[in-house]
This record gives sequence, C-alpha cells and structure tokens, in this order.
Amino acid sequence: MIRRDSYIGKPVERIEDLRFLRGRGQYVDDLQRDGTLHAAVVRSAFAHGRILSIDTAPALALPGVHAVFTAADLGAKIPVIPVRSESQPSLDRLVQPVLAHGKVRYVGEPVALVVADTAAIAEDAADAVVVEIDALPAVTDRASSEAGNALLFEASGTNKAGTFTGVRGNADRAFAAADYVRRERFRVQRHAPVPLETRGLLAEWDAKRQRMTLTGAAKVPFWVRAVLAKMMGLPEHAVDVVETDIGGGFGARGEFFPEDFLVPFAARRLARPVKWIEDRREHFMATAHAREVECELEIACRRDGVILALRGRAWTNAGAYIRPNVATAPRNIAQMGAGPYRIPDLRMEVTVLLSNKTPTGSYRGPGRFEIDFCRERLIDLAALDLGLDRGEMRRRNLLTDTEMPYALPTVLPQGKTGEFDSGDYRITLDRCLAEIGWEKKAGLQGQLIDGRYHGLGVGCYVEGGAIGPRENARVVLGSDGMVTVYVGTSALGQGHETVFAQIAADAFGIPIDHVKGVFHGSTTCVDEGFGSFGSRASVMGGSAILAAAENLKDAIRKAAAEHFGCAAVGVEIIDGLRAVKTGNRQMTLSELSARGFAAEGTFASEKRTYSYGAHAAHVAVDPRTGQVDVLEYVAVEDVGRILNPNTLHGQTVGAIVQGLGGSLLEQLVYDEHGQLLTASLASYLLPNAVDYPNIRSISLELYPSPLNPLGAKGGAEGGIIPVGGVIANAVASALGSLGVQPFELPLTQPRVWKLIDAARSGAGQRPG
Amino acid sequence: MRTAFNVNGRPVSVDVEPRLTLADCLRHNLGLSGTHVGCEHGVCGACTVIVDGRAVRACLMLAVQADGADVQTVESLSTGDALSPLQASFRRHHALQCGFCTPGMLMTAHALLLAEPDVNAERIREALAGNLCRCTGYIGIIKAVLEARAAYPKRSEGGTP
Repeated sequence: MIRRDSYIGKPVERIEDLRFLRGRGQYVDDLQRDGTLHAAVVRSAFAHGRILSIDTAPALALPGVHAVFTAADLGAKIPVIPVRSESQPSLDRLVQPVLAHGKVRYVGEPVALVVADTAAIAEDAADAVVVEIDALPAVTDRASSEAGNALLFEASGTNKAGTFTGVRGNADRAFAAADYVRRERFRVQRHAPVPLETRGLLAEWDAKRQRMTLTGAAKVPFWVRAVLAKMMGLPEHAVDVVETDIGGGFGARGEFFPEDFLVPFAARRLARPVKWIEDRREHFMATAHAREVECELEIACRRDGVILALRGRAWTNAGAYIRPNVATAPRNIAQMGAGPYRIPDLRMEVTVLLSNKTPTGSYRGPGRFEIDFCRERLIDLAALDLGLDRGEMRRRNLLTDTEMPYALPTVLPQGKTGEFDSGDYRITLDRCLAEIGWEKKAGLQGQLIDGRYHGLGVGCYVEGGAIGPRENARVVLGSDGMVTVYVGTSALGQGHETVFAQIAADAFGIPIDHVKGVFHGSTTCVDEGFGSFGSRASVMGGSAILAAAENLKDAIRKAAAEHFGCAAVGVEIIDGLRAVKTGNRQMTLSELSARGFAAEGTFASEKRTYSYGAHAAHVAVDPRTGQVDVLEYVAVEDVGRILNPNTLHGQTVGAIVQGLGGSLLEQLVYDEHGQLLTASLASYLLPNAVDYPNIRSISLELYPSPLNPLGAKGGAEGGIIPVGGVIANAVASALGSLGVQPFELPLTQPRVWKLIDAARSGAGQRPG
Repeated sequence: MRTAFNVNGRPVSVDVEPRLTLADCLRHNLGLSGTHVGCEHGVCGACTVIVDGRAVRACLMLAVQADGADVQTVESLSTGDALSPLQASFRRHHALQCGFCTPGMLMTAHALLLAEPDVNAERIREALAGNLCRCTGYIGIIKAVLEARAAYPKRSEGGTP
C-alpha cells in the first residue's frame, strides 16, 4: 500500500468544477460541427404488434429532410445488440435489432431514423412517417408473461428468458431442521436512473480515411467500439468512441443502445456529421428501466435469532429484449440474498421474464437494492416474531473479521462465485445505531406524536466493487515537467479527474497542479479500457495509474542510469519529478530527455472489493394522508480507504436520496396495453430540495481491501442498496400499533394510506 | 422573426423561428452552451436563466418573448479565472457532481440571493425545489447557498456582488 501523504484522503476541491461552475462544461449537445445534420427516431406507439407498413414518403417530402432509414435500408441482416454481461445461450437469442422489423415489442422501440437539416425539422418529419401496426395483446406483468398466451418471440415458445440460481450449502436440509421459518412475498417497482442529461450522440465519418468517430459515449466506450466496429464492418482501430462531459449515468447511460448504431450509420451513409439528442419523453421510454421484481423469500432461524438459511424465488421483468446488462440485476439477486450476514445455507432461483415494456438494464446497486429490501424486511418480521430487538438480531448474524475472506454463493449456470475481502460488519451497525439513538428513541416507536406515527428502521448491506478483469492507464511527463494522465475508466460526473490527479500527485510526490490533465474513457486514451460500472473506476483506474507511475519512474531511473553509467537502483528522482541524482551527480529531467517520458500501467484483479455498512432512519407517518417524512437518516460505511471525503460523501448522500426516491416516490407505471403513463418529470417524481433535508453520512476506513495497492473499495453504490428496506422497516415500526407491514415499494402516499385504511378495517394488504 | 435583447450586458439580435425556445436560442444561436436543457417541459430547471431580474425557465419561454429583455446566463456570474462567491461556495461544499443541473441551480440561487439576501435554509430549499439534481442529494447545494449569503449585499446596501 502506498503511504498516506499529501492528497489522498484529503477533501481536495474538484478540478472539474472550475469549468462546470462557469458554464464551460462540454456535454455532447454543446459540440458544434460544420454541416451537422440532426436525427430523430420514429418510435413504436404500440407495445406489441406486427408492422404492416412504413410509409416514409410524407416525411421525405418535407423540405430539409435528407433521409429516412428503416430496417429495409440496413441490408439483409439487421444488426442486433449483443449481451455484455452474464451472457448465456437462452439470453443471446432474445437480443434487440437496431430497428424493429416484423414486430414491435415495446412502446418507444425504434422503427425508423429521420435525418434533417435541423432537430426541429427532423422531429416534424418523424411525426410524418406513417407506421401501420396490427396490435397484438400486450404482456405487461409476471402473470401474463408466464401464461404465454402472447409471446414476444414466437420461435422461443416461452416468455421465459433464463434463470440464475444462487447456491450455498443445502437450504432445504437447513429449513427442515429449523425452529422457526417465515415466508413472504415482496415487490419492487419498475423505476430508472433518470440522469439529468438525456443521452446524445454525434457521429462523424471521415470518408477519405474510412474512420468513424462517435462522441457521446459513456460507461463502456471500448465495448461500444467493439460492437459498433463489428456492426459497421470496420476494424476496431478505424472507430473512435469519445467521451465528453456527461450529465450522470447511474448504470443506464453508455450501454449499447440502438441509436449507437443508427446515428453513425446515418453519418456514414450521408457523409455528414449527424447529431441526435434524446428528449426527456424519449428518455423515459428508450433508455433502460430497472428494478421491477417480485420475490418470494423464506427465512429459517433458531429461536435465539441465529439465521440458518434463506431460500426463495424471484421473477425479474426484463422488458422486451435482453439488452447488454439486463442480467446483472437477476444475477445479483441470486447471489446476494444473504447480504452481509452469516447464512450458511442459501438457495435463490431468479427467473428472467420478458414483457412488452422498455428493456431493462442496470441501476446503481442492481439487484442489490431489490434483494436488500426483501431480506431486511424479512429479518424485521422474524425479529418481531421471535421477540428480539431488530438491531440485536442483525448483530448476531453479521460477519466478523475472523471469518474473512468469506465465500459467496455460487451462481448457476455460469458457476461463478467470489468472496468478501475484509471487514467486521458489526462495527458499522453498532455505530449507526448509536448515531441514530436507537435505544434512546426506542420509546418513540409506534407513538402518535404531533399527529404522526413515529418509527425507526435499520438495514445492513455489502457493496461489490472493483470489477475486473483489469484496467489500463498511461502517464506522460512532458518536457515542461507537467504530468498528464490517461485512463481506461469512464467518468460520468463522479469527480474522477480530481481523485486520479490526487493519486498521480501522490505517486510522484508532486503538487497536484503539476497534473495538468486527466483524460478518461475515450478509446483514444489507452489501447484497452474497461470503463466504469460496478463501482470499479477509483479502485481499478486508480491502481492502474499507480502502476503506470511506477513504470514511468523506472523509465526515468533507467535513462538516468545509462547517462550516469550506474545501476538504475542507484538513481534517485528528486525535486518533485524535476531532477535525478546518483551520489553527488545530479541533472534535470529536461537535460536527461528533451522529449519527456511516458509509461503505461495495468492493474489486474479478478476479485471484487466489498464495502459494507448500515443505515438507519427515523420517520413520521401521517395517518390522515399516508405521507412519510424522513426526519433523520444516518449512513455508516466502511470503504477501506477514503480517497477524497468530499467525493465519497457526495456519492453516498446522492445515492441515499436516489434510494429514497425509489422507496417513496418513483415509479414507471404502465397500463394493461403496455402504454407508459409516466413519461415526463411531471408524472415521474424525482426527489427535490425540499424532500429529504436530514441525511448524515459517516465514512470509516477500518478494513482496507487487501486486493489493491490503494486499499480502497468501491463506494458509489452502497448509499442506495439498503434504503428500501430501511424506510419500509421504519414505516412498519411507526405503524406497529396498526399492524401495518409493507411488502411492496414504493411507499407512496396513496399506498401507505391504503395500508393504514386496510389495517384499520381489519384486512391486511399484500401483493397477490 | 427578428428579436433583439441583451445577454450578459451585450446587445444581440437574432433571426429565429417563432417556435424556438429561449434556451435553444441561447445555446445554438448565441453559443452560450452553459444553459442546459434537461426536460423541455419546465420541471427540471436546468435551463434557468435570469430575465429582467427574475429566474425563469428558458425552455418555457420563446426567444421572441425575450425581445427587449435583459437576460443573464451562467456565463455572466464570473469573469476571468476567479469564481464568484456563489460559485466558490458550490465548489467548497461539493454542491455539484456531473454539473448538468449546476447552471440552473446557480441562476436560481443567484436571483434568490439578490432578492432575499437573508434567506434561511428552509426558504432556500423551497426556492430550489424547482431545480432537480440527480447526483448530490441537495445537502451540499443548500449549504453552499447558505454560505454564499454573506457575499450578497443587504437590500439597503445596494449594488451587486
């Protein structure tokens, strides 16, 4: 591990803020190129149906329209978007064509692309394209998907896309021998990351050099390049995928979407730059949704509250196609059911179902948010049944440092497993309970105070970070003595330019303003990069930068040794990367090399880091309106090593508020015909500045990860993972005297009011 | 249609379609890309600019409606390399991450502090409730605006920072 010195661990103010605060950020729609044409996508208005005809003539007749492309223009074989994560044969058959042909399978599916002189003309022309569709019955929920009366893919014979099963020990045997078992059914609603900047692309074709440049990529630009190059029949080196400033991602942005092919295709065909900027309504139906899951979960305990086993089944509603990372959430649900607890026997079977809704993808804490809600609710119910304090029941089951590393369940069919790296999971719980005043406030729980019922909730989690297999960085020391960093991870607003500048400055022992730039994401930065997902960028990118810095110092020592005629180990780099010396001989680096120095570095790791923590909330529920107010919210996490407390707390608090939105406000609602009813920010409620003012985040660095030289663990997703369970547990505690037990998110005002009303009239409300 | 107004103290005259929003006019006709467009239906607030002293949503106003008006965008908040006190406070309190909502946040907060330099946290939250941020959870933003109050003259003192 590198020593703690000047910058790492300090609340260094962000470098990127200097341009963002002055309106000088460069997001994709800010880029202007001469001769740019503008694209608009014609989307299906039907959830399910057969395309009878597409009449593009009225659109082509409008002045300023250059082209309208349909599937018929794409050649005999329509490109399909491959699965990126957790690929398996049953999933690979259900992938999305870049333009619908034969059938449409969700409202918003691209049917044609219009290209015109301006965005306004393109939108007018998109409206003028006449798409005749013979509607088929829409599959919207688990029941209609399983019934299979309407099939999304007739050839497949079923709407079931695949299964992931998590296995550890022998759950059935443990259940047979248990003192206490309880089974419940839970639901988490479909919602989505909804970044403030919608997606956008600018494609430029250089006909002379036969090169494509696609700007506006995010998250996984290198993977996007590989897919795009293959679809366009170009070698990878003829395609550059460029990352600009990005207005948030949270899992959705940057996976390969149909437009990632369509816009470059149009640019090449028309030999003009083509720009496409998604509008907000499109975003709600075109960018990946997430989270919709139904889960039957069963817990087996001893009378003293020791958890023996978990088993269950879950059904995720994947939407109409298996998009690149549809499978991450179900995979995580299968593996992470036990969360941070010592539960030796587990079996969790997760079925991925198709429906005529927007295809799903990752959203921060994919699968983990969902299964944490189910498990933390079930632990509360078990504690209630067993007469145990809810904090104490958790404490008895949390893993401790003597049990590390601790093996995770194996996920079938891939057979992948893993292990927790380090930590004592009781510590964050104890601190969290102390911070919220768990014992002191025990008397408040269930009490009607100022017209509202008060309650406390607590929940625990682990967060997987630092996904491998590796990451690459390049550092360049210019003849001006300034360092430039290039890295294969992506930045979507997290502050990586600053964190990576801190790491580079410490690695070289130089002032941070001698790092003149940190460039990330684009395929022009390094030969091979992997991007940003699964809380990997700081750990993997940061460690790669350390490796590159070491290699650069080696290169300097080697050059100096040749010059001095000594051994490289005898060379010392001094004066803040400005000079070298051996014995009493000394020279500046600019004397040593007029060109400066450059080096690459790789950090490889197949093992993931696991941050962990506990959250607690104090809520008040108004029984007259169903309104849930979050009076206090406390998060305690151990991230191994804090690189920058500002950016870390920013990630945690931001994630908590997203989680509160997902627990209390946000839902993507469809009608029975598969029409999306919440395609605006007026109907899809995001948290605002008034909603959740009292949030505290406490970060610890007690157990550094043994898996990387920084000792760091991923820290961007932990904030969201336990929120649903914590809030629902607090609401249950508040409404304990009424016997209300929420089993379904979000806990909107109407839903909570109905739960109270049903409890008062003696009828429990549970999902059917 | 031709429309003429002042942007950041500079007179401009542009020939635009009547349906062009002020936001698109600022961004695409006048090259002021600091004003961001997040929803085009007046909910997210990313496009907020100050028109004749009041914070308005530039996506809900047509460019032709700005005729004769005085428009301020995020680009006007500071000149040269120094940040304004409000901008510096945002940086200090980590009140931004991706930066996309930030110009709108700054303009709403700037208009608020000019009009009500003594605001409390509750009023700041209320005034910023029409500006959505998906990254920060708002805690840092409220702190930043609270601290920036000191740089805005009380109404009796006159002047602008």
